[in-house]
Amino acid sequence: MPALLGISVVLFTVLALAPGDPFEELATNPNVPPEVRQNLRAKFGLDDPLPVRYARWFTSMLRGDWGFSFVSRVDVNTLILQRLPVTLVVLGSAQLLAIMIAVPIGTYSALRPYSLFDQLATTVAFIGFSLPTFFTGLLFILLFSIYLDWLPFIFRADIGAIGWRWYWEHLRQSIMPVAVLGLFQAAAMTRFMRAAVLDVIRLDYVNTARAKGLPEKTTLVKHVVRNALIPVVTLVALQIPNIFGGAIVTEQIFRVPGIGSLLISSILANDTPVVMAVTFVYSVLVVVSNLVADLLYGWLDPRISYR
Amino acid sequence: MTARAVEKLPVALAAPRALLWREAVRRFRRHRLAMIGATVLLVLVGAVVAGPLAWRLPVNEIDFTQKLNGPTWGHPLGTDDLGQDLLARVLYGGRISLAVGVAAMLIAISIGTAIGAASGYVGGAVDHTLMRITDLFLSLPQLPLLLLIVYLFRDALRKALGPEGGVFVLVVAVIGGLRWMPVARLVRAQFLSLREKEFVEAARSLGAPPLRQVVLHILPNSMGPVIVAGSLDVAAAIIAESTLSFLGLGFPPDIPTWGRLLFDAKDNLDFAPHWAIFPGTAIFLTVLSINYIGDGLRDALDPRRVLSR
Repeated sequence: MPALLGISVVLFTVLALAPGDPFEELATNPNVPPEVRQNLRAKFGLDDPLPVRYARWFTSMLRGDWGFSFVSRVDVNTLILQRLPVTLVVLGSAQLLAIMIAVPIGTYSALRPYSLFDQLATTVAFIGFSLPTFFTGLLFILLFSIYLDWLPFIFRADIGAIGWRWYWEHLRQSIMPVAVLGLFQAAAMTRFMRAAVLDVIRLDYVNTARAKGLPEKTTLVKHVVRNALIPVVTLVALQIPNIFGGAIVTEQIFRVPGIGSLLISSILANDTPVVMAVTFVYSVLVVVSNLVADLLYGWLDPRISYR
Repeated sequence: MTARAVEKLPVALAAPRALLWREAVRRFRRHRLAMIGATVLLVLVGAVVAGPLAWRLPVNEIDFTQKLNGPTWGHPLGTDDLGQDLLARVLYGGRISLAVGVAAMLIAISIGTAIGAASGYVGGAVDHTLMRITDLFLSLPQLPLLLLIVYLFRDALRKALGPEGGVFVLVVAVIGGLRWMPVARLVRAQFLSLREKEFVEAARSLGAPPLRQVVLHILPNSMGPVIVAGSLDVAAAIIAESTLSFLGLGFPPDIPTWGRLLFDAKDNLDFAPHWAIFPGTAIFLTVLSINYIGDGLRDALDPRRVLSR
């Protein structure tokens, strides 16, 4: 909550420092007399001192009262609520994919450091996080949609099919966005995981677990991986703001109708209320995911408790 | 062997700094991938700096008879939808992308070092406040905020500094201003341990004022991690600039940065894939070699390794 407050102060400062005035058009419009403009400014509280304006802005943001889109003439929150689920589903599945790739590969690499598998995995991971998402996205489209013609490269919300076919089509069109995001995440996560397992595997308690005759699988899963995940969660939590950046790019490439592409299109259309609200939603998402990371710590490491 | 070591000892004592640097260079050269990365990056930088002098086709000569051609002898990287030569555009764009990367890195390092130094040296309430601010910046959603700032300030700066200069200053300042936090943390950690070391205490007891202690004694010794973070920041800044341009919100269309070339190419992927592949590869190679160099620098500058080898 303090984090959200801080972020909102930064956002509001940016907005307040920005040149330009929402009523600039009225000022240049000769049909609007200056008194009307003054009255409008007073009505919307634009002449109030900054702290008052901040308090009003922040409380209305929290209440979900985000104003009215200049362009599409709809309430901003209906616009965002329409698109938020798509973003969350894509982000969530990408994250899941990244975990499913990174945890086994990172662990296996660390168990046999400098083996052929490890060198291959490390190199691929290094290349993976040096490839920006916008380039991988284009390469995927080129390979899978244009040359092989396996997958559609434009995300469509209005699929004219019912039943199983509807699910199948949605699955097919989500494969590429999720893969681009998930593989990018997996590359960084594999490196973290490998380093963390290498640190943990030398510790005495692992030897103890082996010495008392636990099967290797139990030792690995319950003792090694679980403890190695603690620093990995920290590092992934630090990366969360970047993940949202990647999500915006991916949504834009594949035309996924999420809040990222909404942000870009409203910036291009000069739709300030939507831009502010989407940025605010991203801040809330960052704070919420940091909260999830904190809860994960508690689960992974019972020594940490929150009172 | 011992006799030779003893013989060399006075020399080593006389020039410890030179020796340390030579040691670091030696260890960097042993990191094979970092050396390959450094070579590739040198070639890229050389091509971008000297290339436009050698390859004299203009970046903006429109020739519709040549549009969307694949690679030919006349146009080694092909042409775009206006028949403009892509090699010239990639070389020219590389200058801007690399300049943005380096300038943003310098800003990030300067802010980060200043905040980290103040935080680590002064300590107490100052440290606490500065670290809270650092944490706050770390949890900002970077790209949305970057887009928001570019959106809000673009027109004003363009008016004040011209279309190219305005966007350059804005992009560099914002990318640098959002990337200083890791450096600040690293510098603070270094300062916390270094300011209690004997040599700093000696300087203090000889009456060195705080600024002299910081600039002459602590700062040079805390530069290792900063150099590593700085090299990686160049890559991150290049990616950030390309992302902005790729979303159509960076440099204007007549300035072909690598990201901008990809933005223009993305709607023509099915019949002109070369248009996207060459600038994309340029970004990828630059970032990959910088990342490997950073990896090598980390191995070379890690002070813990000096004793063990």
